[in-house]
Amino acid sequence: MTIWREVKIMYDFLLGHYSYWLTIILLCIGLYGIIFKKNLVKKTIGLTILQASVVLYWVSLGSKWGATVPVLDPAYPASDVANYLNPLPHTLMLTAIVVGVATLGVAFALLIATYNRYKTLDEDEILEQIQ
Amino acid sequence: MVAFAGLLIYGSLDLPYRGDADNLMHSQRSITDTVVAGNYFIQEAYNDANTPNMVTVVLGDYRSIDTLGEQVVVFTAGLICLLILRRYRPI
Amino acid sequence: MRTQFESPIVLLGSRLLSPYIMLFGIYVIFHGHYSPGGGFQGGALLASSVILIRLSGGRIVSRLQVREFFTTPLAAIGVIVYFGTGIVSILFGSYFLDYEALPFPGGLDPAALRYYGILVIEIGIGIAVMAILVMIYDHMARGEDYV
Repeated sequence: MTIWREVKIMYDFLLGHYSYWLTIILLCIGLYGIIFKKNLVKKTIGLTILQASVVLYWVSLGSKWGATVPVLDPAYPASDVANYLNPLPHTLMLTAIVVGVATLGVAFALLIATYNRYKTLDEDEILEQIQ
Repeated sequence: MVAFAGLLIYGSLDLPYRGDADNLMHSQRSITDTVVAGNYFIQEAYNDANTPNMVTVVLGDYRSIDTLGEQVVVFTAGLICLLILRRYRPI
Repeated sequence: MRTQFESPIVLLGSRLLSPYIMLFGIYVIFHGHYSPGGGFQGGALLASSVILIRLSGGRIVSRLQVREFFTTPLAAIGVIVYFGTGIVSILFGSYFLDYEALPFPGGLDPAALRYYGILVIEIGIGIAVMAILVMIYDHMARGEDYV
């Protein structure tokens, strides 16, 4: 019986933490793209993956078991806070996504300007042409 | 990079369980005995703004100045695209 | 765009699809009080319907829908709607962006006034986000030609 209790504790721990680990892996993929890739477009894709990982992390922090979306439903009274998810991380990430799209537009505009000037998007070749 | 991932996963072992309704972020009162913001939004959003969707109320009413600043950021990003890609003079 | 291909099937399909996406975007903006939605999502949907026509039809066809000239003033109008709501609520004796004092007719209580105030600023956000996404797309598609 004690073995099954240990297994249950382990299972609960895994169930409570696997989403954090997935977002950490996603963050490391994005960081790898930013640091080690030479192409500027691939760096931008890595930046987007990193931002998506941060958004997923916040949303997974705001979740509760057995709760519904934060839209008021007369079947679930609002006086019991366990009925609804925390609306604050959703709002913050909503604004973060829109700002991310806008900064992605700025990044691609800069990339187009760079390509028009240097005719390449590789980092080393741009550095050679500058020197 | 793998070491960095291992460090982050080691740090995440002490985080509260996902979806646990009893941790400090979802509790009724914080450690310093003030009302937690998320719970205030859940309980009072319909009374304050007559709107069932709490996310809309938080976005448009409680944090409206934040949303204004963020809309100005988006507008500035559009203007930056315009100014970078439009050519006024030959280089 | 450097090269343009003409495909009547793609143009017909996107012309068929675009008004429904636009209608759904307007629904998402105005129904954001009762379901997941709001200004940002609805603005993105409106922008996607405009950009769909721009991708499939090219510059000459898409000039019939939303002109490239109108996007920048439209974005400014969206920001001004938001900011003007705050200024109006200052002028009628309240704090900045506190909608209790907005001059809607009918003698509504503060909660209903906040309801309409949120609706006004959501419309402003929707207009601004739509215009800015279309503006970014236009200048990216045209900036490629400047060598």
